[in-house]
Parts: sequence; C-alpha cells; structure tokens
Amino acid sequence: MELTREEESALKGEQGEIMQMAYRILVATGEATDAEKLIPIEWAHLSGVNYNTIGDAGEEFLSGISKNARVKVKTTLNPMGFDIDNVSNYNLDDNFISKQLSIRKSYETMGVTPSFSCIPYEIFDIPKEGTQVSFAESNAAIHANSFDNLKTNKESAFSALASAITGKSPYSSLRKEDSPNLTIRMKIDNPNELTYGMLGFFAGKVGNNSVNISGVGEMDRRSCKALCGGMGTSGTCAKFLFGEGDPGCEKVDFDKKEMNEIHDELNTSEKGDLITLGSPQLGLEEISELAGKLKGRSFKKRCMIFCPRTVKEQARKIGYTNELERAGCEILADCCTCLTPLISKENVDSVTTNSIKGAYYLKNSNGVDVNLKSLSKIIEDETR
Amino acid sequence: MKILVSGKTQGIILKSQHAINFLGTVDKKTGVISDKNHELFHKSIKDSILVFPNGVGSSVGAYTIYSIKSNNAAPLAMICQKADLTVATGCALANIPLVIVDDEKFSSLQSGQKISLDTESSNPITLL
Repeated sequence: MELTREEESALKGEQGEIMQMAYRILVATGEATDAEKLIPIEWAHLSGVNYNTIGDAGEEFLSGISKNARVKVKTTLNPMGFDIDNVSNYNLDDNFISKQLSIRKSYETMGVTPSFSCIPYEIFDIPKEGTQVSFAESNAAIHANSFDNLKTNKESAFSALASAITGKSPYSSLRKEDSPNLTIRMKIDNPNELTYGMLGFFAGKVGNNSVNISGVGEMDRRSCKALCGGMGTSGTCAKFLFGEGDPGCEKVDFDKKEMNEIHDELNTSEKGDLITLGSPQLGLEEISELAGKLKGRSFKKRCMIFCPRTVKEQARKIGYTNELERAGCEILADCCTCLTPLISKENVDSVTTNSIKGAYYLKNSNGVDVNLKSLSKIIEDETR
Repeated sequence: MKILVSGKTQGIILKSQHAINFLGTVDKKTGVISDKNHELFHKSIKDSILVFPNGVGSSVGAYTIYSIKSNNAAPLAMICQKADLTVATGCALANIPLVIVDDEKFSSLQSGQKISLDTESSNPITLL
C-alpha cells in the first residue's frame, strides 16, 4: 500500500504513539484487503463497547488511549451491556456496572457520540450516495453497503477505531464498484423475517466479499435487518445485490434443505423461558407495529425488547411504551440481545427469539438453548 | 505468502478446517473454544500456531484477540488461508505474527507438526 509522506511519518511514530498504533492497524487492514492507498472517510461507527465482550483488557486499553486519542470525524457507538434506567432489576454486579461506565467515559472523552446502537442507519441521517464510511458493527456495515448507498469495509472494532482517529481507511475492494461471483437463488415461498435471517446466515457462509440474491421480492424493514444480521454473524461477506448478477456467476440454491440445516444448527429447544426481540435493535417503526399487534393481548412470560435510547424516548412520547409495558414487555435502551450480560444460564435455560444473530450468540456465548420463532408466531403462541 | 503482522516464533500447529468467530466462541481468559459445532470445541488455542481458514462474524472479535494476548492465552502465531479484518487488526494490535498462505501450503500444514515461523526469512515456514 502506498502511503503519503505524512502517513509514513505517523507510522514511524513521529506523530505520537496513538497515531502510530492507528496507522499500524490501517496498514494491516490495507494489506489484508489488497488496498493501494488510504482514503478519507466521513463517519465511523465503533464496536467494542459492551464490557461483556471486551473485558478488562479492552476497558484498560480504552482508558489508556482516551488520555490522548481524539476522533477526527463523526463517530457513533454500538450498544453497551445494560440500560442504566433499569439495570437494578437485572442483578448485575457492581464491578460490571463500574467497568461499563468507565468504557462509556473513555469513548466520550475521545469525542464519540454515545449512541449505543447497532442500527446507526436507522437513527442518524444517511449521508449522500456513495459516501465512504467505516462501520464496525457487521449488520450495519452490510446494511450501509446494500440498502443505504454508502461504502464501507466490514470493519473490525480496531480498524473502525483507527479510521475514527485518523479520518482514513484503506481503499479496499468493497469501497469500489464490485460484481459478486456468486448468486444465491432464494427458493422459499412466503418468507418471514426468520427466513430472511437464515438466508443471511447461509449467504455469509457461502459468500466471500459480496453476493447476489435472486428471487426475493419487497422486504419490510424487519426482514432487511434480519438478512443483514444473519449474514454478519456467519461470514466475512459485507454486501448483497438483488438480482441474478452476471451470467457467469456460480449459482447456489437456498431451499428447504439449506434452511432446515441452519434451523437445526441454531434451534436447540422447543420452547423458551423468556422472549427477546431485537438484534439488531428495534427501530420506531417496529416498535409501533409491535404495539399495534399487542392491542388487547399480554405476554404469558417475560419479553425483553431492545432498542436505541432515542427510539425509547420517542416511543414513550407517542404512547407505545405504555402499550408495550401493559402487555408485559421490558423495554431496554442502549443494549441488545447479542452478548447481553442480562441473560445468564444460571437463571435461564432457553430463550425464544426471531433473531438469527441473537440465537447464535445466545447459544455460543451465553450458553443457553434457543427456540427460534417468527414474530407473528411468537405473538400467536406466547400471548393471550 | 502474504505477511500481515511480522514476527518470529516456533511452536506446535493446532489446525482447524472451520473458520473461527472469535467473539463469543473463544474464552477471553483461557483461549478455549466454546462452540459445540466447532472442530476445536473444548480445545485451547493458547501457545499454539493456530492454522485456520479465516475469522468470521462480529467485528468485536478483534478485542477478543487483544484480550487473550493480555491474558497470556493467545496463540504464538496465526496462519490463515484468507485475510479478514477482525483477525488482521486484532493480531496487529496484539503483535501476534499473522501470515496468509496459499491453498496448497494450507493443506500441507497439519495439527501436531512443530514449525518455526520467521516473517523476515526467505523461507518463513519451516518444519522442525
């Protein structure tokens, strides 16, 4: 990768340790993606916020760099471990809370907007078509590339942080125009968001940088998010294009057999002790729709709903919160199902969810069993 | 061969044909793999030369690599078939040597082999 004189000087350490670290990360990223140069980016979205995922080493690292590091571009943040408004209901230990607040402080000191959301594309204005950004959250990177006309690598937590500090990112293939060499033919009729999540999970397994998907019609927002969340979980793929693609593309079918294999991999229980909705977090549209579906009904068991704080506040003003709480929902801002410390195998055996991304991490990280159901089935089976 | 993070070490290969999602499936303190469906389930990657196709999944996996290094539970080096940003940047920050090899070289490396890795050498991977 070609560096300018100024970039070379930063890499040598002539602009301080923080810049040297950031450029070392950018160079490794550039070499990994065969980029020829660094280019400016306008927005960075960082992962690596939840104390449950980054641990003591991460907390100490951020506390250390926050003394000197400052972000150069608009920078937003992934969810953390809890909602401070109701954390006392969840039996989380004091050490977790204080470490999480330290992480929050470090990011704020660096100049990061504490948005604590994995759906930046839904709560911030989208910049003009073709804008280069650096999104670390995998579902957000895929959404940005596939639905929002933005361009990003499937950044890692560190490459996005380095981009935030330098305002630059390697000019990798995903930032250019590309044509995938693989087309997935969707063969399932009447898909719901769970089907799209499994399609995404399948696409991540078989695709490389990007894939074409044919045979899908209009998708609602929930299905788009499910597709992005599923794909981000299983692979390195960071973009899908709708259509058949070039005639020479290799073709792979996503039919009942493929779907059932994924279902069997992630669905390990016939029922759940509690329900989670949100991974990716729910936006206002989904909250509104859910409030509508729950009119006159109540959950028979606990149902945790995860959303960004701005959405929680809007929902309260409009009155959705009342409706959801009446139906027995617990509404949590700033955090998400994915890697939540609020569900532990000591208290919970199994969780019902419509999220493929949530299912994967509940099973592998939280160590609980998972019962997969679409939202409409959850409402049919779990409310009265 | 492509060198993403340079360095020199020797050790025993632990190889998997499965990609690794570092976040959530690798224990930050012990380096043990917790995914029941993974070929390396219950095995620790600590102090190995970890050979695997590539990293997948969450971007936060880079912090897991940094954490296992801070907790002295990291591999001595990693050898992949395909570059991905989670592994590349995690190794860059944690200073874990990382090289990308072609398919033929990847197939030739086997669990249990003792090798030396020296990214400065003209023949970076040698069987001991």
